[in-house]
Formats: sequence, structure tokens, C-alpha cells
Amino acid sequence: MTATARPAPGRSMAPRPSLRSKTSRGSILADRVATVALWATGMFVLVLLGSIIVHFAVAAWGVVSPSFLLSDPSGETLGGIMPVLWNSIYMLVLTMLIAVPVGILGGIYMSEYAPDNALTGAIRFAEESISSVPSIVVGLFGLILFVDNAHWGFTALAGALALTFFNLPLMTRLAEQALRAVPQDERSASLALGATKWQTIRHVVVPLAIPGLITGVILTAGRVFGEAAVLLFTSGLGTPPHYNFTNFDLTSPVSPWSPFRPATTLSVYIYKLNSEGLGAFKNQIVDGSAAVLISMVLLFNLGARFVGRLLTRRMTAS
Amino acid sequence: MLNGTRRFGALAIAAAIVVGACSSAATATPATPAPTPGATDTAVAAAPTPTPAPTINCQTGSITTAGSTALQPLIQDAATAYAAACPGATVTVNGGGSGTGLTQVAAGSVNIGASDVLAATKLQAADAAKLVDHVVCRQGWIVVTNPDVTGVTNLTTAQNVAIWTGADTNWNQVGGPDLPIVLIFRPASSGTRATFLKLVLGGAKEATGGQTLTEDSNGAVTTAVTKTKGAVSVIGFSYYNDPANKALLNGLQLDGVDATIANVGASTYKLSADGNLYTNGTASGLTQAFLDFMMGPQVQGTIIPKDSYGPVAAQ
Amino acid sequence: MAQLTNAFEATGLRAKPGLMERIDLPRRVVFLAAASMIAIVALLLAFIFWQGIQLFVKDGQPIGAIFDSTWNPLADTPEFGILPFILGTLVVTAGALLISTPLSVGVALFLSEVAPNWAKSVVQPALEIFVGIPSVVWGWLGITVLVPWLSDTFPNKIAISMPLVGQVFSMPGFLTGFSWLAGSLVLSIMVLPTITSVSYDAFRAVPQELRTGSLALGTTRWQTIRHLLIPSALSGVLTAVVLGMTRAAGEALAVQMVIGNSPTLPAAITQPVTTLTSQITLDMGNTVFGEPWQDALWTMSLVLLIISVSSVVLVRLINKRRIGQ
Repeated sequence: MTATARPAPGRSMAPRPSLRSKTSRGSILADRVATVALWATGMFVLVLLGSIIVHFAVAAWGVVSPSFLLSDPSGETLGGIMPVLWNSIYMLVLTMLIAVPVGILGGIYMSEYAPDNALTGAIRFAEESISSVPSIVVGLFGLILFVDNAHWGFTALAGALALTFFNLPLMTRLAEQALRAVPQDERSASLALGATKWQTIRHVVVPLAIPGLITGVILTAGRVFGEAAVLLFTSGLGTPPHYNFTNFDLTSPVSPWSPFRPATTLSVYIYKLNSEGLGAFKNQIVDGSAAVLISMVLLFNLGARFVGRLLTRRMTAS
Repeated sequence: MLNGTRRFGALAIAAAIVVGACSSAATATPATPAPTPGATDTAVAAAPTPTPAPTINCQTGSITTAGSTALQPLIQDAATAYAAACPGATVTVNGGGSGTGLTQVAAGSVNIGASDVLAATKLQAADAAKLVDHVVCRQGWIVVTNPDVTGVTNLTTAQNVAIWTGADTNWNQVGGPDLPIVLIFRPASSGTRATFLKLVLGGAKEATGGQTLTEDSNGAVTTAVTKTKGAVSVIGFSYYNDPANKALLNGLQLDGVDATIANVGASTYKLSADGNLYTNGTASGLTQAFLDFMMGPQVQGTIIPKDSYGPVAAQ
Repeated sequence: MAQLTNAFEATGLRAKPGLMERIDLPRRVVFLAAASMIAIVALLLAFIFWQGIQLFVKDGQPIGAIFDSTWNPLADTPEFGILPFILGTLVVTAGALLISTPLSVGVALFLSEVAPNWAKSVVQPALEIFVGIPSVVWGWLGITVLVPWLSDTFPNKIAISMPLVGQVFSMPGFLTGFSWLAGSLVLSIMVLPTITSVSYDAFRAVPQELRTGSLALGTTRWQTIRHLLIPSALSGVLTAVVLGMTRAAGEALAVQMVIGNSPTLPAAITQPVTTLTSQITLDMGNTVFGEPWQDALWTMSLVLLIISVSSVVLVRLINKRRIGQ
């Protein structure tokens, strides 16, 4: 561990010679041990992530291929995961269509308008409460509200609404943070020029916050993509039928474009295969699906970073 | 709060009517208007269809099923076959469990609710009375052990009771090796557990505690039995006969009777039950056509044996 | 100045107070968006509360009976004691926190005090990726890697004996790998990013001058961490642990896949237990709406909801004390 001897930037680790008398050899030893231990915890995270990625890379080798991604599931052969992958993307888009506007508008209120009063306190409490409610309970709420009471049955829309409930606080908070990060001077300048508050928000604050907002959207999207417990009881749990992508009837219960149809997503499909899967290829399909899910999560994360950085650079350059 | 729900419900119903209108418009023209002989809903259940429809009654549109995970593989395969024979028809098959199937068909959220157990045992009498039962197959379950339980090929009902109530705790008490018995239950709510409790254990109180565990599904049970020394559990035939599982499990006779589809059909193997498909009121249109298809030769003669269920209609 | 004004006019920014501004429609719209969360919470609380009390109201179970340890819904007189599930949730969560807290606080200290920039820029994204890995994937890893490993490695009775005293500790080996420990281990990894990031923020919030001052007095970095940073950031670390606890107690699928789901009181970490979430997942689909059995599941959801809302209150109390200090 040569690296342990390297002091963190700006901080001196070894005591100065003049002060050494106050530092016993025991405490220096303790410091060394602690440093090694802290490095070990940090490296543990990397090793664990590395092993998970290697594990799935090995498990998915020979399983994940273009045809795995693009064909229907099959009972007898390896088949593919196209419909469930499609459903995951579809649910993601549907959820974000609802959650992003509401979340950003809510974030604007919390960052720009919210007075320091009981109502704002109640909104914050609500925000924190939904964030802490277990996803399975949100799923049950969706079950009772949309599936049972509203008689929708298992539908993509029921799932998307439940997912929105679940992720709205996160989206709102990330939007609020992004907006708050805009320097106060920008607002003052705009207001001083006679712009109204809303004009200031629309033309000054929001454009400046776009990199942060996009990062927020992508991070929320990552969470929506992998969620299963919320969807187990809301959007269905089955092998999807063959989808006809030329059917654009948005009210049809079979069109892959329609929100009024059951939509088993990739995460739910993994859960279903693990519990009730049949066929010689079951484990390979789950390994392959899990690898696809993890790759998507990696993509979302890297994407959030890349887009955020790119936009920040462009905004600051212009 | 309730008002809110109702309003929400009304909105949803409005949406559903729009959906319904669209699909019924689509179902107006059956491709082959074949009559459905002998298919009054209850008659199908009890007696074999006297003259199986020679051709498939093709309807267009779409229906949804939900419920029993034990019946899901069969309904899924039948749905795929029906869709292949009748372009323009889609049957979307959901799992969710027998309770989900009954709740949703009673609420009108799905067209067909699949259940391992009778509706009357679960639903309120008023709800159960609305439902029409269509028995489409027999399903059988088999007692399986980890392969290291050598020398045990049969368990009598009495031995099963002793094992599952915790009276016998070692395989050497039933002629096996000196190995502790590990009981792997299904959740108390599952049809498998209820059927086993009723038909084999006669309602005796099952063991609890250290040497037992509960796994929710055929898949998880199979994993647990194959990985655990001395484990015993009960799984559906379709899971036992799955090529991925069969080599890893030791399937047992029950009272000396082989766990085979033939014996289920002959009613000599007792751990079996009807596979019930429920409709809310009398079925019609695509729902009825699909139920007829499930009673027809292709499903009863080919798909049912392939998926390890027992047929209910004579071929 | 004139130039700037022109620039603003070009983008449509002009002072024009009028009816629109007096109504201030935008303010109302953004307020509604934020307040929708209150509506969601109120609706959710109301529904789950209403469903959760049906077991007592409609099915006539005494409230005390749910804290019984017998769960036997199949009996002629069904018993809906949910104590095994509540205790299961508590012990599995406690196990996860015991494993995860030292590790997470270690990672947070590493990131905030020790790590050079290159290490930070690798470990932090790694943690974010951990957050994103779906719970079914953790569960699948648990079933395919952890569970078999546990049962292969510790199949026999685990006992510790000491001379003179004799056996001081003993527990049965793994029946299967499906166990309390497997659940806690999976959860500990799942809550690691939560505890780490919140503790990290708490450590970063300690003013740099305090560190410099302490180091100038000749203390080692470890002494500074132990005597200065950890005490100063304690409430933040506590918040982190409570948030981790909430996440662990509410996690459903990953736990359900590895825990064994035996509805009995927890006995040993090598044995299967069950939790509120996993029992709900198992039974919800097999029961019908309105039967006492399902009502009991709703009661369990209500318990979960109470746990999560209390944790929000707890976090607020911890932070209020910090501000009060």
C-alpha cells in the first residue's frame, strides 16, 4: 500500500517534526491502521462492483445477442426478451411524460416561490414521506386505486401512475436542487431589468438550470427502469403476446403503443422467471436479462454525467 | 376519500367503455361462424364435449386472463396456439395468483380468471355466484425430494402425514438414509399447499420451525429442493417434467401410485385438482371461442399432455 | 445598460404588469404541481389506513391479536398474528445495518478524508451505479451466488467452545442458504450507497478550519476523525442510518428471494425467517380482495407505512436537535 503514504490534497498527514513529541508511536500506528482500513472499504466498493460486472459479463456471454434483444420469448429455445424490453422502455417514457413536467414545475415552486410557512413544510414532509414509503406499498396502493377500484385491470397506465407517485419526490427534489444552484445574481439582474418573476424563471433561471435538470431526469429514469415491486401488482405479470408494432391504436388493449394493456417489464419478467419460469434456458434468460438491465443502468449513469458535462460546457462557453 | 375513488372509478369505466367499444367493433365479424356444440358453460365443466368442434371458432379482438401461476403455462401455450390459428385475436395471459384471478374476474377487470381453488372457498357468496366455472384440465402435483434421499421411491399417505406434521424428522424412519428431513412448504395461501393439506394430510396441523422453510413458487421450490440435503416438497407436474428440473429431483409415488398424467386422468392418483377458468357471467365472443378452443382437440389432445396436465375432454 | 435592455426585449422580457400578473397563473400552476405530493400522500395514507383497519373493523379481530406469534390463516379459526413478520423485518434490518453501517461510514470517511481525487472520481460513480442496480438483480445474485455459497460453506453446526467455560456459542448450520443472514447481507449492500452518501455529506459539512486546527495541534488524521469529525457529524450519520433502515425495512423482492420465508419467530441467523414485505409479496396474489387473510396483509402494509413515516419524523427530530445545538 504505497498509496497510503500519500497525503490527501491540502491536508498534512504526518505530524510535523516539532510536534512529534505530542504524538505517541501508538497513535501513529493507529493512524496507519485506520488509513489502511479506510482504503480497504473504498476498494471493497470497487472490487464488489467489478465482480458483479464480471459475473454478469461471463453469465451473459453467449446469451445476449442481437437476436436475444429482438425476438419474442420462446418456451423451447432461448428466445428473446424484445417485448419485455420494449415494455420497460415504454413504461419509462410513459412515467417520465407524467413525472418530468410535474416534477420540474413542483421544483420551480419549491425553489423560487415557496414561502417559509406551514404549507411549504407540509409539502416537504409529503416529499420525504413518499420517498420513504416502501415500493411494495406504493404498488399495493396502485393495485387498490387503479386495478381494483377503477377496474382498469393490469395496465401500463396503472403501473406508470404508481411509478410516478413513487418517483415524483425524487424528480421534484432534483429539480429544486438544480434550480437553486443558479446564482442569485442572475435572478436579481433580470428582475432589475424589469422582468416579471415568471419571465425571470422562464428565460433566465430554467435555461441556466438545464444541465442539472437533465441529470435529474436521467437519474430518475434509471430508478424507474429497474423498479419491479411497484409494477408487480399494477402493470401485469405474464409473458407478453406477440406485438404488432404497426397497430397504433392508442386505446387498443393489444397495441404495443397503448397504455391500456398489460405491460410486463424486464425487471418483473426476471422476477417471474425466477419464481415460475420453465424451460431449459430459464437461468440463461435471467442472467442475460439481468446483464441487459445492468448495462442500461450503466448507460443511464454515464449518460447523465456526459450530458450534464456537455451542456454545462456549452452553456458556460456561450 | 370514497367519493374520490368512485369518481376515479367512473372515469376509468368511461375509459374502459371507449376501449370496449373499439374492440367490440373489431370483433363484429367472426371469421368462421362455427357453432359451439354442447358448450353451455356448466356442461363443459362436468362432461366431455360430445362433439369437439372440428374447426377452430376464430374471433377477433383481444381478451385478458389473470390468475393461477400453476395454470399459466397451459393458458399461455393455448393463447399462443389460438393466436397462431386466428390472426386478429390476442389473448394476454397474466399470472398473479389464484386470488388475483378471482378478484379481477369478479371485478370485471379481466375476461377470464384462472384459479386452482374453487371460487366459493375464497370469494363472498354474492361474488362467487356471479362467476361461471369452466374446468379445462386436471392438474397434478408430485412429492419431490433431493436426489440424496436414496431408497425412498414411495410415500404412503400415513408417512406423508408423519413427515409433514413433524412426527418423523429423519429419512431413516421411512426407509431412507440417515438424513434429517427438511420440509419446504409453499406459502399457506397457495393452491398447491391448500390442495396437499386437504387431499393428503387431511387437514392435519403442519410442522413449523427450524427444519422448515417456505418458498413462494415452483421455481424457487425447485431451486431449494435441489440445493438442500434431505429436502422434500410438492411441485406441479409441469415443473417436475420440465427438462431443466427433472434430472435434479427425485419424484415419489403416492400410496404406490405413479405420479403420471394417466393416473390423474384415471383418478387413481389422488394429489390432483381441477384447473378452473372463471368468467363473470356467461362467456361470449372471443372469451367463449377461446374457452371452446381450450376444450378442443388441439389443446386437450396435444398441448395439455405436452405441458403435463390431464385432459378433461375425451378425444 | 441600454444594450442589455434591448437584449431582454429581444427575448421577450419586458415589464408589463397586467391582469395576468395579478392572477399570477404560473405561480398557481407550479404550486399545484408541488402540492400534488400532499394529495398523493394523503390519498395513500387514507387508502392504506382504511384497508389496514378492515381486519379489526370488518373481520372483528381484536387489535391485540395481531401481535400474537401464531400465523395460521388456514386453520378453522384462522389466526393472524403478524409478530413473526414484524420481528423478522426488525432483525433482518438490524442485521443489515450492523454489517452496512461500519462499512458505509468507512467508505464515507474514505471519500471525504483520505481518498485522492482519482479514487474519489472512481468510487463515487461506482456507488451511484450500486443505487441503480435493480432489486431483482440483487435477489438473483443472492439466489445464484450467495445462497449456495452459504449452504456449501457452513453446512454444519457452528459452535464456539472455550476452555473451562465450555461451549459459549452455538447455532445450527445452514439448512439451505435461504436465511436471515442471506437477507441481511443482500440488504446491507443495497443500503450501502444510501448510508454512505448521507454520511459523506455530514462529514463534508464539518468546517475545514476545524480539521486544520486539529491537525495543527499535532493530532494524527485518525485522531481527528475519531475525536472531531465523528462527534461533529454524529447526527448526520444517525440520519444516514435511519434512512438506510427505512430502505432496508421496505425492500421487498430481493429479500423475499433469499430469506426462506418461514413464518416463525427468528431463532438463528442461519435459519429462514420472513418479513412483512416478503409475506405481502407471497400472499397478495393468492388471496382475494375482502377476505380476512388479505385484510391481514393490508394491516401489514399499514405497519410498514407507520414504520416509514415514523422514520421521516425521526430524521426530522435528529436534525432539529443538530440545529438546536
